[in-house]
Amino acid sequence: MLRITRLPGLALMLVALALLPAAAQQVTITYWQYEYATKVEAINTLIDQFEAENPNIRVVHETFPYDAYNQRVAASVPAGRGPDVINLFYGWLPLYIDSGYLQPLPEDTFPPEEIERDFAPMVRAAKMDGRYWALPTAVRTLALFYNKDLLAEAGLDGPPKTWDAFLQAAESLTRRSGNRFQRLGFGVAPTGQDHHLIREVLFRQWGVTPYSEDGRRVTYDTPAGTEALEFYTDWITKQKIGVANFFPGDSGYREAFMQGLAAMIIDGSFAVGSIRNGARVNWGVAELPVGGPTNERSNFGSFWAHGITRNARGAKLDASIKFLKFITSESAMRYWLDTVGEIPARAALAQDPALASDPVFGPFVASLPYAHATFFVDEAGQRQVLVDAVNEVTLQGVAPETALERAAQREQQILDDFWSKR
Amino acid sequence: MGRRRFGIRLSLNARQALWAYVFLLVPMAFFLYIRIWPAFQAFDLSLREWNIVGEVRTYVGGANYERLAGDPRFARALLNTLRYTVVGVPAQIVLGLAIALLLERVTRYRGLLRAVYFLPYMTPIVAAAWVWQWLYSPNFGPLNGFLDAIGMPAQPFLDSPAQALYAVTAVVVWQNLGFVVVIFLAGLQSISRTYYEAARIDGAGARALFLHITLPLLNPSIVFAVVIGTIQYLQLFTQVVNLNFTDQGGPLDSTLTIVLYIYKVAFQRFQMGQAAAATVVLFAIILSVTLFQLKVLSRRIEY
Amino acid sequence: MSQRVRPELGMVLLYGVLVTGAMITVFPFAWMLLTSFKPFHEIFSLSFLPAEPTLENYAQVLLHTDYVRWYANSLIVASATTASVLFWDSLVGYTLAKLRFPGRNIIFVLILSTLMIPTEMLIIPWFVTSSELGWVDTYWGIAFPGIMTGFGVFLMRQFFQTLPDDLLDAGRIDGITEFGLFWRIALPLVRPALSALGIFTFLGNWNAYLWPLIVIQSKAMRTLPVGFALFSGEAGSEWNLIMAAASMAIVPVLAVFALFQRQIIEGVVLTGVKG
Repeated sequence: MLRITRLPGLALMLVALALLPAAAQQVTITYWQYEYATKVEAINTLIDQFEAENPNIRVVHETFPYDAYNQRVAASVPAGRGPDVINLFYGWLPLYIDSGYLQPLPEDTFPPEEIERDFAPMVRAAKMDGRYWALPTAVRTLALFYNKDLLAEAGLDGPPKTWDAFLQAAESLTRRSGNRFQRLGFGVAPTGQDHHLIREVLFRQWGVTPYSEDGRRVTYDTPAGTEALEFYTDWITKQKIGVANFFPGDSGYREAFMQGLAAMIIDGSFAVGSIRNGARVNWGVAELPVGGPTNERSNFGSFWAHGITRNARGAKLDASIKFLKFITSESAMRYWLDTVGEIPARAALAQDPALASDPVFGPFVASLPYAHATFFVDEAGQRQVLVDAVNEVTLQGVAPETALERAAQREQQILDDFWSKR
Repeated sequence: MGRRRFGIRLSLNARQALWAYVFLLVPMAFFLYIRIWPAFQAFDLSLREWNIVGEVRTYVGGANYERLAGDPRFARALLNTLRYTVVGVPAQIVLGLAIALLLERVTRYRGLLRAVYFLPYMTPIVAAAWVWQWLYSPNFGPLNGFLDAIGMPAQPFLDSPAQALYAVTAVVVWQNLGFVVVIFLAGLQSISRTYYEAARIDGAGARALFLHITLPLLNPSIVFAVVIGTIQYLQLFTQVVNLNFTDQGGPLDSTLTIVLYIYKVAFQRFQMGQAAAATVVLFAIILSVTLFQLKVLSRRIEY
Repeated sequence: MSQRVRPELGMVLLYGVLVTGAMITVFPFAWMLLTSFKPFHEIFSLSFLPAEPTLENYAQVLLHTDYVRWYANSLIVASATTASVLFWDSLVGYTLAKLRFPGRNIIFVLILSTLMIPTEMLIIPWFVTSSELGWVDTYWGIAFPGIMTGFGVFLMRQFFQTLPDDLLDAGRIDGITEFGLFWRIALPLVRPALSALGIFTFLGNWNAYLWPLIVIQSKAMRTLPVGFALFSGEAGSEWNLIMAAASMAIVPVLAVFALFQRQIIEGVVLTGVKG
């Protein structure tokens, strides 16, 4: 009797054992991004949704202060810890790819031709050695933020469309006595977005392609390049429409604008939230002005992209791929736009008429087709090169020609360093 | 057990040494494992090429040191660090000593005044740096307002490659002053009143008291304040970073320090080998300066 | 000097110098405090006093962030570390100053040399260690690099050096143990130094940023400086909140200062008695 009654139990146990691997396939993956309240909430909601759709997968979401990104990664990797999926600034990708930290996206799930068809063109900056290594949920471009009341005071009924009009307005709106400014026509910020402005907007409008096709050579050190740089530095030294560090802090130019003490600034779409919350002025957004010999539109595009690290293997890799697919899907992007207010990376969504005609996001979206994402191999170093060039001209009176030549040499050195090690 | 076999005199010395080692056992284990071992790893790393994210650390011999020697930024960082130290350390020692001596003399509100002088040292640097940027602001700052009022031209301060380093030094002195004052106050409090009383009976004046009692007996505190102050300035980082957050070490590298250089190379460019080499150079500098200072400044205290 | 001739005038001058210095010193701090009472739009209005003072920033920090939790974490770490440092550093400082044994100078230089490597280069090995030993994201993990410091050892050694050897020798003859000499005779005599060390250590840990940032993984373990960093981001810094948070962070340090400051004064009495 005893033996017989035990049998079913035993059988049950066997069945359970056979089923166990399936149940054990519960995988946990870790996702890292920097802390930004609305983004953290949005990702948490998306994770809930993803976990509901994939009951076997649990996603742990870890965040840390924005300025601490590289230190966190740097410490975690040698310890063999860290995320399976990581949100990285696109300009850091080459370094992470080169060191073997990221895995290429599997082409069956993310076919390159599909990415190139569906995503904004700038996403190609995530392609190296013919493969894609990361994908974004949202993308950013630059635009001109302007103070409507001040421009009206200067006799303009809308934002300036050309650099000439921009300069005229800025000059008439600047208030200063001697070398001290009370109000800026333009919130100069070489370390903010202005170095991008020079690199991808002014150079190109002056007919200069800043880098060679393969990204290995600096090509902006030309007479036209000098003119473009000088056009910018003249704002500070000749027309005197603005000065750097007018307000202290890491985004003083933006705060001066919000306070009504800078008539215009150039900023990224990521600034919309703070300006919306903090501005005490009647403000608007416009596409960047055109000018230079080409009179063509140009813009700088950038993005934070999700990549899969080498930590993800086996079941974790499968789960990570699923998660990546999910957070770069149309529905996730739509949710992201609604909650975080960032422009979707998929072109189809960005062409949504409602978005294109939005008074604030419209100009950013309109810039997407002509936005260039610089292929940075050392984002911090390359930024410093152009910031220093501007400072040499504006603070030390170095000739723009000389400053640009030095900048090109320094940046070429950085590129050579990178490519020679591959 | 075995101790009894030695003579009494020997056992006294041996016992003292034995106790010393017992007291030092846990601390030495800690320092060796947590502080010195990682430092050795940095030395080892300085001979290798490693970009942190990668798994391989290739041995490259002196290549990192060569790269360092050929980097004008590193030379600039060395020079700047030297300037910070040469200006900042004497300034804070002299001011700190003066304030401590004055505080010693007052009887009323002494606690309050002491707390006030210590406040800057407590203030989180992020907040302090922001306020100082306002004070220094070429356009709105009260400092330029003051210069204006006395008929002097406005200055660019932090925005000028020529002035920025000294403007930063002033903030560091402002912040460290409280630290130095506390050290010297503790030093002054440790001097027994009896020395002064005895000297006064011998008819010594205030000047003689200061030169022959206060200064010699304060010597250990002075040595400490100088050595630690020098180490602090040679490792200057946080204030520099926060006073020009968007162009750290700028404008045009005019405020760049060695540690900021190390930080940038390590965490912005991920070149750990080169950062480690710079660390080794910094270590060598600090060690030689410290040993030199200890040798020159320390004297035997006589009672 | 003049002090003997006209003590009143000397005193007036003394106070004059000290108060002027104090006002210059306290000005940036006062600015910070006053800014913390300004509404956001007034932060950049450049007036020293807030036009419409508000407690909104404090409410925002206290109610909409984990400030209280950060505060508690910092308090735990800073207090525990301070206690540990006070004991160990004074023991080591005493040993190096007052006991004679082979290798004394080498050990002193070795400990002093630990101050010469910037933390930036140590965080990676520390994190690898913490990771292997399971210390990541724990209080112990945040605190362990600082439970003893070369700084404190050096400070205490300097102060123990000023103690006359006869005092200890007398104790030895009375049969006091070596630890007893340290604990009951030497330590009470260097109270001023101990107070200074307590203040510095507490403050150093209260403001520690880099290492906690790396070793803390979960929201619940964040300390004050790590929490502060969240007020600055890609879209700028919330200065009004930073100022309020920073002002509140100073309160316990002031308390610690006041506490230890009394110790300094008591120290005088003791040293006076001793002589």
